[in-house]
Amino acid sequence: MNPVLSRLARFVTARETGILLALVIVVAITTAVNPRFLFSGDGFRDLLLTPSILLLVAVGQAIVIITRNVDLSVGSTLGLSAYLTGRIFIDLPWLPWPAVFLIGILFGAALGLINGALVAFAKVPSLVITLGTLYAFRGINVLWTGSDRINPSDMPKDFLALGTSAIAGIPYLTILAIVVLVVAGWFLRTQRAGRELYAIGSDPGAAHLYGLKVTQRTLAAFVVCGALAGLAGVLYAARYGTVNSQAGYGWELDAVGAAVIGGVAIFGGSGTVWGAAIGAYLLLTISRALPVVGVPDFWQGAVVGALILGAIVLDRLLALRTARRLRDVHARERKEVTS
Amino acid sequence: MSDTEQHSAPPALELSHIAKAFGAVIALTNGTLRLERTSIHALVGENGAGKSTLVKIIAGLYQRDAGDLLLDGELVDFRSTAEAKAAGIAVIYQEPTLFPDLSVTENIFMGRQPRGALGVIDRRAMRTEALALFERLGVRIDPDRPTLGLSIADQQIIEIAKAISLDARVLIMDEPTAALSGVEVERLFAVARSLRDEGRAILFISHRFDEVFDLCDTVTVMRDGAYIATSPIESTTVEEIVRQMVGRDVTTLFPKLEAEIGDDVLVVEGLTRPGVFTDVSFSVRSGEIVALAGLVGAGRSEIARAIFGVDAYSAGTVRLNGRLLRRNDPASAMLAGLALVPEDRRQQGLVLESSVARNATLAIRRTLARFGLITDGLENASARIWASRLEVKTSALDTQVGTLSGGNQQKVVLAKWLATDPKVLIIDEPTRGIDVGTKAEVHRLLSELAQQGLAILMISSELPEVLGMADRVLVVHEGRITADVPRAEATAESVMFAATHSEAAA
Repeated sequence: MNPVLSRLARFVTARETGILLALVIVVAITTAVNPRFLFSGDGFRDLLLTPSILLLVAVGQAIVIITRNVDLSVGSTLGLSAYLTGRIFIDLPWLPWPAVFLIGILFGAALGLINGALVAFAKVPSLVITLGTLYAFRGINVLWTGSDRINPSDMPKDFLALGTSAIAGIPYLTILAIVVLVVAGWFLRTQRAGRELYAIGSDPGAAHLYGLKVTQRTLAAFVVCGALAGLAGVLYAARYGTVNSQAGYGWELDAVGAAVIGGVAIFGGSGTVWGAAIGAYLLLTISRALPVVGVPDFWQGAVVGALILGAIVLDRLLALRTARRLRDVHARERKEVTS
Repeated sequence: MSDTEQHSAPPALELSHIAKAFGAVIALTNGTLRLERTSIHALVGENGAGKSTLVKIIAGLYQRDAGDLLLDGELVDFRSTAEAKAAGIAVIYQEPTLFPDLSVTENIFMGRQPRGALGVIDRRAMRTEALALFERLGVRIDPDRPTLGLSIADQQIIEIAKAISLDARVLIMDEPTAALSGVEVERLFAVARSLRDEGRAILFISHRFDEVFDLCDTVTVMRDGAYIATSPIESTTVEEIVRQMVGRDVTTLFPKLEAEIGDDVLVVEGLTRPGVFTDVSFSVRSGEIVALAGLVGAGRSEIARAIFGVDAYSAGTVRLNGRLLRRNDPASAMLAGLALVPEDRRQQGLVLESSVARNATLAIRRTLARFGLITDGLENASARIWASRLEVKTSALDTQVGTLSGGNQQKVVLAKWLATDPKVLIIDEPTRGIDVGTKAEVHRLLSELAQQGLAILMISSELPEVLGMADRVLVVHEGRITADVPRAEATAESVMFAATHSEAAA
């Protein structure tokens, strides 16, 4: 087959394309009902801006899920990092504000290191470990914050502007999220370490026999996931301006949902961060679209749930079909060879 | 070869007096092997002789407790599979170990992909190299497809391609031909010979003597975790090797009691499950102990599981006392009087965290319950009978089963099934992992049960056990029963021969 055609064929059949199509359809229908959803300045900005922070968290989550693990503590990490950001502005006002990004990322990475170390060395399933740290991190947050909260007036104007303003109609946050996405996607596709993450998730036992650095890579995946959640916490503070002890509550489920909807297999080994990113957009855009098309608020949870179930069922069906096709192709080839 | 002979160069790989134990289980006492360059060396031995443990020590997967491992005359210590690989040792394991989601090409080069600027993997170079490897192996496999769905044979080919691309000095193949067809075996052998002629050392583990004699130039025999002998292939014979493999005393350990053999109880006819076992027919009479012998992977456990109804089968019948058993229905098999003591008792036979009493009464919970409730008293009363009859050594019935020794655990599994008052007992590897003293006790127990009229089908990989216990030996080879040997004619040689040859002189 001609290389352009085969590339096109791969694009059309890719899992990510289907999710992208669903996103386009949701936007199109909602815009038909209310053109302001897309065509007003605020509408367009919100469409891009709202899912940007979740995108970062979902990319980190996807990297962890690809290694056949899961990080349920990302919402709590985000909350702690967001409050830390506010405290730094209050307690260390002399610090130049770009430094908080570095601090937030390092802080998230440290929390990720805790998760990763417990999973990689204590050999306890990540589901259990991160369920524990989900509560532990949130508990520390509540203890530290109490009934206090960070207000927009506590933070520099430049910093807050970063959370909402745009250049040429594209919000800064979205640009940042896309840059992270491109780097992560490039790394996972073209670097040895990236491919090894897939190998580890595909069959951990085989990865061990291969002599891959399973412990080290798993640890790194959790550190990256934590760092992205930390970064997301800083951006959360910039975007919303108000941070209390409940910031990021429940985000871990949105992040896992986004990854799964985007075609990242929950048992590891396949999927891309691109899919997870589109999944994040689809998830939040649907939540925003439902009230516009007149679906009452309380249906939103159900719709999101149906979306996740649909994605998983679709995954399963596709996997079964692929397995059957591969077997058939294989049987045919063998017949040709032997005859 | 004599010790006085001088070698100009040290052997590619030399192992001497390697020992390895896992807790109380001793896997290797004296692993000794000398692999020369430009040579294909066969390693043979019964199941459990320690071959696979030896391979895993060479591969860096296990660390040896004692002994020397020399690579090109240098003492080496592999702490991981990566280190062994870096030193030029490639291992093809019995079971292919591939990443199902990744492409064939990625599977071959994982961890050492060719890279360009910025460390970016050069996919085109990788693909070209994969195609060249397949060309050399004379196979056609799409390098871009995922390995999911490939046949075992093609997975094995990918393992071989991987080993070749490593440019290994030492190539170890642990039963690579078990899943291959005749043409594929020939192709593999051609590749192995060309690798040998390039100066590499190859270790070939196989149970098929015809292959050993066809391919190899030297053969080393192991038995019970120890080195027995190494001989050039032209100066030995199949009979000689078999004698070295089994040569030990089998008479004293097994107190076989005379039992009165009655009518057919279990009758199996034409049982078939494609790819696993084919046209399996046999019968077991009351009071009779029938052994299913054969090599690991011959399909014995699978046959037992199909009879009991755990797995489905596509053709054939199972009758118990003349009544047809439904396929794939273990509950009705139990009701009809069938009991299965599985091979892996810790996983499939016991609830390790529960008490002896609870485990011993697991199979009769339905009948034990009063108004749907089971009390400790009821459990203990029932368990006490069997615990004392089987002499389970435990201080109390509420002891956790996980804390008992292997032998006593096996007795609890037996008690569980005997409580259901079965007509036929299928027991898979009755004494695996049990120390020698307790083994005799389990054997005595089985013998007594047969005396009381129970029909017993015993699967065992230990030849002495088979020869000592069975009234009749059925030998399974690659999913077919290839020999039915009565006790009087069963010898280690005849059973081993049937287990390693497709057309046995039964």
